Amino acid sequence: MQTTIESRSRTVVIGDGAPFCVIGERINPTGRKAFQAQLQAGDLSQLEIDVAEQVAGGADVLDVNVGDPLADEIELMRAAVPMVQGLTDLPLCIDSSIIEALEAGLGAYEGKALVNSVTGEDERLNLILPIVARHGAAVIGLANDDEIPMEPERRLEVARKIVSVAGDHGIPPQDVVIDPLAMPVGAEPRAVTLFLETVRLIRDNLGVNMTCGASNTSFGLPGRHALGAAFLAVSQSHGLTSAIMDARARECVESVRATDFLLGQDEWGARWIAAHRAKLAAQAAQAATS
Amino acid sequence: MTTDEILQGLFDNTLIGNAPAVKDLTNEGLAMGMDPETLLYDALIPSLEEVGARFERGDFFVPEMLIAARAMQGALDILRPLLAETGAKPIGTFVMGTVKGDVHDIGKNLVNIMLEGAGFTVYDLGVNVAPEKFVEQVQEHEPDIVGFSAFLTTTMPMFKANINALEKSGLRDRVIVMVGGAPVTQEYADAVGADGYAADASTAVRLAKALIENRRSAAAPA
Repeated sequence: MQTTIESRSRTVVIGDGAPFCVIGERINPTGRKAFQAQLQAGDLSQLEIDVAEQVAGGADVLDVNVGDPLADEIELMRAAVPMVQGLTDLPLCIDSSIIEALEAGLGAYEGKALVNSVTGEDERLNLILPIVARHGAAVIGLANDDEIPMEPERRLEVARKIVSVAGDHGIPPQDVVIDPLAMPVGAEPRAVTLFLETVRLIRDNLGVNMTCGASNTSFGLPGRHALGAAFLAVSQSHGLTSAIMDARARECVESVRATDFLLGQDEWGARWIAAHRAKLAAQAAQAATS
Repeated sequence: MTTDEILQGLFDNTLIGNAPAVKDLTNEGLAMGMDPETLLYDALIPSLEEVGARFERGDFFVPEMLIAARAMQGALDILRPLLAETGAKPIGTFVMGTVKGDVHDIGKNLVNIMLEGAGFTVYDLGVNVAPEKFVEQVQEHEPDIVGFSAFLTTTMPMFKANINALEKSGLRDRVIVMVGGAPVTQEYADAVGADGYAADASTAVRLAKALIENRRSAAAPA
């Protein structure tokens, strides 16, 4: 199954032989006090840096979250989406828990966006899916309802429900990307094994594409990038087809591209080798100017 | 083993999260006739405070904090009934939960353990708690304090929704509201009309005690 997301001029495919889709997570004020203050002042200039760094890091899609409770998130989203689209031709993932902000973002977006996100709760499904359908977007479905099930089978059931209700709203399964819920392994030793089992179950039973907040896994731990790289590789081998992740973390992005190659999604390593050449060229260019 | 060795052993083993040793030492101390309060206040709480300080400094990581808290929890399970027997009244009652739309609970759980260690009775409502649920539980338990936790900038607005729900049910004046979580600031706590905000678990406990004391002395007849 293939999920496509589009900007004006670029189409990104998730799943079915396509390279793993790296969704850059950086445009998000969580844990960024300075960025929060800028958002409260209506200042979006930080996005120029965030976009450039993630594009350079190798992101395929960029997540846009400008949620701050002391800022006007709806107006910020309305302004941020065209601004980011002016800075890059990567497709975007519109990220908010506020319905009006999702609508504002989708209204301002040119192309087919990914919406982050809906849960399996009836109230959220009924609020968000009509908007997704109206804009012809794709949507991320979190495999939890009012609680996070700690059994993979129950997460599968929530995922199944989301795909089914999305269908009722005219959203086909290929436009539903399930998040099997990556949780901090530092707080729950079984977090990742549960996750992997859930990924496998969803792949075998629903066949839909999957993404996750990969950075959650390493929360509160040292060596986050090394943990992230290992988590991504092992998840990819179980059937994960995308991740919302730190596209500025070279270790993580390289792990994903290496795993693409190892799992036969980068025939003859053409992209792996091209990336190597691009890196050499960039180094040479930098040496020449310094 | 001397009483000092028991206290030192409790401190050291809580620090490294050795739950079986903490449980054994607690039982051993009690068998030697040591006071439950001594074990709690001279070893367990100082140890967990040290864990918190190391975490703040970046010397300790989340799993170390959690296993230390779990080790202390094991000791508390033994000590709680004894502390109740000695007639030590709970310092206060706390209803606690992560707000609706948010499922992060690591910080909240740590605050709960610190509160219990300090002598509070804590009713933990878990994660993704709707305003109606907070109202219902405040009605049922009549706590001194209700605590709202949020980890995401996008779920912080639920503080206000919860406070509004308490107001609508006529409960707002009967309970102290504390808020916390990674993105929360004093400024935001003030903006939503909370009574207290703390940046970490130890501060939360100190503030909770102070807020209860203020309220009780304000309520006492002059």
